[in-house]
Amino acid sequence: MINLNINNKNYELEVDPDTPLLWVLRDTIQLVGTKYGCGVAQCGACVVHLNGEAVRSCVTKASRAVGQKVVTIEGLSENNDHPLQKAWTELDVPQCGYCQSGQIMSAAVLLRENKNPTDQDIYNAMEGNICRCGTYLRIQNAIKLAAEMQRNESK
Amino acid sequence: MEPSKSIQNRRSFLKSSFLAGGGLMISFSVLPELGIAEKTGTLNLAGEWNEITGYIKITSDNIIKIINPNPEFGQNVMTSLPMIIAEELDVDWQKVVVEMGPHDSIKLGPQFSGGSSSVRMYWKPLREAGAAARQMLMQAAAETWMVPVEELTTKAGMIIHTKSMKSGTYGEFASKAATIPIPKGIKLKDVKAFNIVGKSKKNVEVEKILTGKPLFGMDYAHEGMMIAMIEHPPGFGMKLKSFDASQALKMPGIKEVFTLKLYEDGFEQSGFDTRSFNDLLVVVGKTTWEVMNARKKLVTEWEPAGDIKDIIGGRGGKKEVVVPGELESTTKQLEKLQAYASKPAELLRKDGDPETAFKNAAQIIERTYNAPFLAHNCMEPINFFAHVTDEKALLAGPLQGPGWSEPTLAKLLKLPADKIEIQMTRMGGGFGRRAYGHYLYEAALISKKAKAPIKLIYTREDDMTYGIYRPMYTATYRAALDANKNLIAFAVKGGGIPEHAIHANRFPAGAIDNYLAEGWQIPSNITIGAFRAPRSNFNAAAEQSFLDELAEVMGKDPIDFRLELLKRAKENPVGKNNEYDADRYAGVLKLVKEKSGWGKADNKKYHRGVAAYFCHASYAAHVVDMVLRNGKPYVERVFSAMDCGIVVNPDAATNMVEGAVIDGIGNSFYGKLSHKDGKAEQTNFHSYRIIRHSEVPKKIEVHFVKNEIDPTGLGEPPFPPVFGAVANALYKTTNKRHYNQPFLDPSTQQNTGENRKKTF
Repeated sequence: MINLNINNKNYELEVDPDTPLLWVLRDTIQLVGTKYGCGVAQCGACVVHLNGEAVRSCVTKASRAVGQKVVTIEGLSENNDHPLQKAWTELDVPQCGYCQSGQIMSAAVLLRENKNPTDQDIYNAMEGNICRCGTYLRIQNAIKLAAEMQRNESK
Repeated sequence: MEPSKSIQNRRSFLKSSFLAGGGLMISFSVLPELGIAEKTGTLNLAGEWNEITGYIKITSDNIIKIINPNPEFGQNVMTSLPMIIAEELDVDWQKVVVEMGPHDSIKLGPQFSGGSSSVRMYWKPLREAGAAARQMLMQAAAETWMVPVEELTTKAGMIIHTKSMKSGTYGEFASKAATIPIPKGIKLKDVKAFNIVGKSKKNVEVEKILTGKPLFGMDYAHEGMMIAMIEHPPGFGMKLKSFDASQALKMPGIKEVFTLKLYEDGFEQSGFDTRSFNDLLVVVGKTTWEVMNARKKLVTEWEPAGDIKDIIGGRGGKKEVVVPGELESTTKQLEKLQAYASKPAELLRKDGDPETAFKNAAQIIERTYNAPFLAHNCMEPINFFAHVTDEKALLAGPLQGPGWSEPTLAKLLKLPADKIEIQMTRMGGGFGRRAYGHYLYEAALISKKAKAPIKLIYTREDDMTYGIYRPMYTATYRAALDANKNLIAFAVKGGGIPEHAIHANRFPAGAIDNYLAEGWQIPSNITIGAFRAPRSNFNAAAEQSFLDELAEVMGKDPIDFRLELLKRAKENPVGKNNEYDADRYAGVLKLVKEKSGWGKADNKKYHRGVAAYFCHASYAAHVVDMVLRNGKPYVERVFSAMDCGIVVNPDAATNMVEGAVIDGIGNSFYGKLSHKDGKAEQTNFHSYRIIRHSEVPKKIEVHFVKNEIDPTGLGEPPFPPVFGAVANALYKTTNKRHYNQPFLDPSTQQNTGENRKKTF
């Protein structure tokens, strides 16, 4: 039995504490926005926030999340209104869409720490997120647009 | 306004009916593959009309629902196809609700995503469906108001009679419209009057994608669902000898371990039934992680499978194919390709007298190009849900061609087609990989044997090493020049494992008096299939690099040189069966020349490469601007010109071209799947190099040729010429021609192109 706090909700779960957080999210509590892409921390499709930091849930044991705050794409915003979600919509970023929740979760940490990211900042933060459809350029532009939205909101 | 004639010609039918609870339902059935239904004996149109799930549903409170008929794998058909209906129906796009349809080729048309065909094949049928519904709604209003239908107009879901100042919503007349016979000779809108098609609309599923809603096969859930995985042989050419599952079965959550034969001996496969392995070792358990762990506890012994005989049916009739049992290695394959290249090959096309022209040539240029196997690496690994009982089967998951898989499934399960329900989930990429339904059959047979609903999941490693790959290709191009450096003959001889890539009737065929195309192939047990723009994705690299080098030798500008050839092909074409339209081909070259500022001094900081290609039914040209960044080639800008006819959803179309450009740069720089003793040497993204964020251009400028040609497709055509443009820019950047893909892989960059012995 382990206790996890996911998207501000407490769960008591009968799972092996060694189970990767990814599979607890997907198989045990049916939060499937976090994706399986590689299982070895190479593609970024499974990125979630653990106490506000981007982690690859496919290699993060559930035990590591005990007593921590886990946020997934489902909990990023109340109404799909995080600046990144708005910018992603504005630029109509997704093609197949499978990698996008991981992309957004990686970008969200960048955006929180860096109000005006340069190309290089974006590369550094996003290099671990693969997109096979090749929407990278739109993702980068959406991050810049979200940063701009965020700056304008705080003015 | 043009009266439509295509309905009867295509053996297709419109049908209207009442919607439960009141309202109109329009369905449109295209039956190009009537044969399938006839064969399975389940076609009973009269009995099925009442239950038809149509393209359009209008309720009495004016909710307008449009069903997307075609599988969605990122090409955005869930938006673009309903847009086509909405255009002719004349509704407010903001108020349209779009839903994914189930698999039903009788009721919803051919339902195949591939070959850049979605918009092309649904364009007319969907326009007709929308136009027919609008006409019937107006007829219903005319009868109600007792006014001539000719006096009615529509606007955004409203019917208006100006004279009497009457107006009403479509919903008000939907039930009455359902009683009106389908009109004949339905008038379609003038293209110039479009106000939805041609205006960018956002992906109708974008919110679901951005909030992590269950959309994909991997996300599919069903009560009591178990997870299944297949332990497959470690290499091609191998099979299971023995196994011990005693430890695996002791692992938590594991239900059972069993073996399964996919196709019985002598089973007649269709062209899309390709499978890598036939004898499957299956683990079934409660959760993905538990099954993954149990697999590690399996004790297995594998042995060479030897030669295998497959029976392949389909268009060309039934034939027996011997799949060789050799455990193949890439180094050996390269030697084989070289050895085969000098053997006689199959003649594919010959114009004039190329032998004499080459004999009399003042100069012969000969270059050989090579490319490796490629894995599709869709972000969503292969998976499918199945719940099979003795009476029926429910399947759900990512699949490009449900209509091709269903007949095989019916045979394997010994169930009539009408007892098989296939639900199509959004696909996390496809690129051709999901046209091959073996994983759906595997899931179904596993469910049947396990007597449980199961989801079959491939791990990334399974997905990469157990693939239906892009073949391994080679081609040698030769050009003969006379003493004045005029091109007098052109020859291509292409080979591959297990198939060559040559399209003999494409450019530059038709533009050169003496032309020769030949092909040869080497059988293999490494399974291959469609990969985004099959064959073209190699040809465009090789041929367009060769033309670039040829232009240089001839002292010509590479764009002007191509335009000269296209002028010849247009004005005085050589030979017959030329597949391309020289004007449209030249059109994209001229457009990219203009938009990229080709030849202008302010682009001097870039090393520029150009390429163009025709495939499927569309035309693409790119100018790639390369620089050296930290000593490494980097594509900083790309200009693209496309001619795909009418563009339905411009911003989404632009997105797709951008993606094709990035996919092309990535695969040409890094894409490679190699083998050793039958085993794939790349098993996950640590060893299979995919392009990443820092490596994509800072700018991709996409331009479309504006015309009123019916849409000709876009998913694949922009992809192939990227390889050629990258190769040509790479030459300018490094002063070295790159003949072997992937271009930035040191192991493939020995200069085999120029120093190769003459092979003809």
